[in-house]
Amino acid sequence: MNLLARYAECIFWMARYMERAENLARILDVHETFSRDTRGATNWFSIVQLNADEKDFFSRYDRPTAESVIHYYMFDAQNSNSLLSMLRIARENARALRPWISTEMWTQINVFHNKLLDMSTKDVASQNLSKVCTWIKEECQTHTGITEGTFYRDQGWYFYQMGKYIERADQTTRLLDIKYHTLLPSPVEVGSTLDVSQWTTVLRSTAGYHAFRRVYPRGMSPTTVAGFMLYNEGFPRSVVMCVRQIDGVLTRLRSRYELRGGAQAMERVDELLSALLSRPIEAVLRQGLHEYLDWTQLQLNLLTTEIAQAFFGKEAPVAVEAQSQ
Amino acid sequence: MSVPEGKPSDLLSSYNPGLYFDELFGSMDLPAEHTALIRQRLSGLDFDELRRRAQDVERELYNLGITFIVYSEKDAVDRILPFDIIPRVISAKEWTHLEAGVTQRVTALNLFLHDIYHDQKILKDGIIPRDLVEGNHNFRPQMIGLDVPFNTYIHIMGTDLVRDRFGTFRVLEDNGRVPSGVSYVVENRHMMQRVFPDLVQDIGIRPVDNYGHKLLDAMMEIAPTGVDDPQVVLLSPGTYNSAYFEHIFLAREMGVPLVEGRDLVVENDRVYMKTTNGLAPVHSIYRRLDDAFLDPRAFNPDSLLGVPGILDAYRKGNVALANAIGTGVADDKAVYCYVPRMIKYYLDQEAIIPNVDTRICREPDALQYTLDHLAELVVKPVGEAGGYGITIGPRASKAELDDCRAKLLADPSNYISQPVVDLSVCPTVTDDGIEPRHVDLRPFAITGKNTWVLPGGLSRVALKKGTLIVNSSQGGGSKDTWVLEGGAA
Repeated sequence: MNLLARYAECIFWMARYMERAENLARILDVHETFSRDTRGATNWFSIVQLNADEKDFFSRYDRPTAESVIHYYMFDAQNSNSLLSMLRIARENARALRPWISTEMWTQINVFHNKLLDMSTKDVASQNLSKVCTWIKEECQTHTGITEGTFYRDQGWYFYQMGKYIERADQTTRLLDIKYHTLLPSPVEVGSTLDVSQWTTVLRSTAGYHAFRRVYPRGMSPTTVAGFMLYNEGFPRSVVMCVRQIDGVLTRLRSRYELRGGAQAMERVDELLSALLSRPIEAVLRQGLHEYLDWTQLQLNLLTTEIAQAFFGKEAPVAVEAQSQ
Repeated sequence: MSVPEGKPSDLLSSYNPGLYFDELFGSMDLPAEHTALIRQRLSGLDFDELRRRAQDVERELYNLGITFIVYSEKDAVDRILPFDIIPRVISAKEWTHLEAGVTQRVTALNLFLHDIYHDQKILKDGIIPRDLVEGNHNFRPQMIGLDVPFNTYIHIMGTDLVRDRFGTFRVLEDNGRVPSGVSYVVENRHMMQRVFPDLVQDIGIRPVDNYGHKLLDAMMEIAPTGVDDPQVVLLSPGTYNSAYFEHIFLAREMGVPLVEGRDLVVENDRVYMKTTNGLAPVHSIYRRLDDAFLDPRAFNPDSLLGVPGILDAYRKGNVALANAIGTGVADDKAVYCYVPRMIKYYLDQEAIIPNVDTRICREPDALQYTLDHLAELVVKPVGEAGGYGITIGPRASKAELDDCRAKLLADPSNYISQPVVDLSVCPTVTDDGIEPRHVDLRPFAITGKNTWVLPGGLSRVALKKGTLIVNSSQGGGSKDTWVLEGGAA
């Protein structure tokens, strides 16, 4: 049974945008919590930095206040990284896929999008933000559940998984980066009550707190938390777990469905996985977590390009072709 | 909630269809006995309850995305086709008549198309003026001499019928290019079954949900011979097309990919689709794209929606297209006037469903008559679709009539005129209670080797009080259409 290249691409991006929306809701929720502490409202700017949106943000807003940042990431239609834009893109992909996906999948995304469209800034005033973020998370999880229960298991399912796990790996690196990039503790604060509570919040925002406690009942240190989020083999949002899933999905697409493309993507996944497994977390922290996370994100971007070329009928960039000739 | 049968209620008691033929009550001469049980059940409903259920339906249609897109200057808005919950009912006997009439018409039009692209006997015999056919902008010289499977050109046909005040069905228009609306027929039924199980129960309504199977069967029949398991696709202009929901619906019902032009490629006069594993052959295409956009190499060179080279693949017989290229000449509003003569010519039969009396303004007498009676007539441009450009004499202002007169004189052959047909009415839920609203009917016929007509069709209803224009683009809605099983009351 053939799968249209365009469908595969739409499935991949629908999965990515739903996953991304869930993670943005998590990030906003985490920040809502952080901004309550002594550091005050300045923290909101870190989300803008995290997504490298500074230029776009300042083209329409004067100052990064709680209101402006929340608006920018919730409702700003010109911001392609706002929840509304993500849902619009997810819905457009779902719309293109309506002949393929279940009616229930489509209806849920359609209704979710329409509800978000009907919301206004006052619905997300900071006292309501956490509630709204929870709602968004739940809608995204509903999507995941409906997908699991209704998506026909053929090639399309694997492209869905691929999109989901690439996005999730990317987002976990970003969440981890919030803590390190912008909330970098001064040496005095390491191990302080505030520091511990921030790590707890990061873990809670990935729904990983209780699992972490089980694995490390006694110690909460940057090393153990970062190590857990990057490498844990049982935590569904850990980067290694995601990359292993991607690896499995690619292998199955090439064996079960005999897809000819994807050798290059396969190689990159193998390299990424061995790179992740070869360095102890202590060494990573010593040499700079931020740089390490950046490198991982770059690998995931390159992987996306290679997948698009292999399966979605996308042309290789001209420059690369010219080099190889 | 169940409907207490026979409970007296005034839901329909103050209803008055006036002079028009009523689809639920019939007329004095032709009372609608077959709707007795349905009327009884409706009467048992409370108006508020009816409204509440109607609102449920509209919300569900919106949530399901059963919508069409309306383009304004500023943006595109998703709209549902307003749905009225009081069904339009057709008796088994009436349907037998309509089915035969639609089949006869499709048969004649296919014979006509084969003739004009081959021997042109009908032109040589002077039945239809040659220039009306060859000078028609939908006549495709590329089709001359080309044979298509079973000589079928119009695989999917939508025939617009209206019913005059005597209860006589008449053909208002043929749609033989890419008729739309069938998805609403099926979805309306689903909606009625969900929201009015108590009304639908045990009535004996002919099902409509096998349309997709019938369409797929026809698409397989017309695929190039020698292909074991033909790949059928639906070619859509894409998500921005106002009928995109219908394209989704049909692709899903047929279980085939919905492709866009950019998904297809022609190599060595064969059509392929781009898959995750490279190119895969395509044999049979249900295209929802007008001729002009189909192949930028052959027709409109600016079209980004089509597939370059597809005409050559088609001419070589490597791919089937439904509908065939060049059918627009048969559903032209001027050619329409000649269909009864066509039926006589090819089939030696009288038209089972008569036309609305029509004057072709290219003929001097007809033009003069039209100009003399402008205030009584409906004047239609021959090339437009969707109810645009129509002047309804009795409802037009002096300025509108003058404008119409000027246009007629400037380009008479672009117009036809018809008497105002007193479209039949059907009880409809409005803000002011149950009121009569005008309806038409578009049955759908599928033809591969043989013709099959979907029982019923799309009943469009003009929701604005007094208006006769039922098009969705002009404020029309739709109703579920029930064809009763034979033997049912």
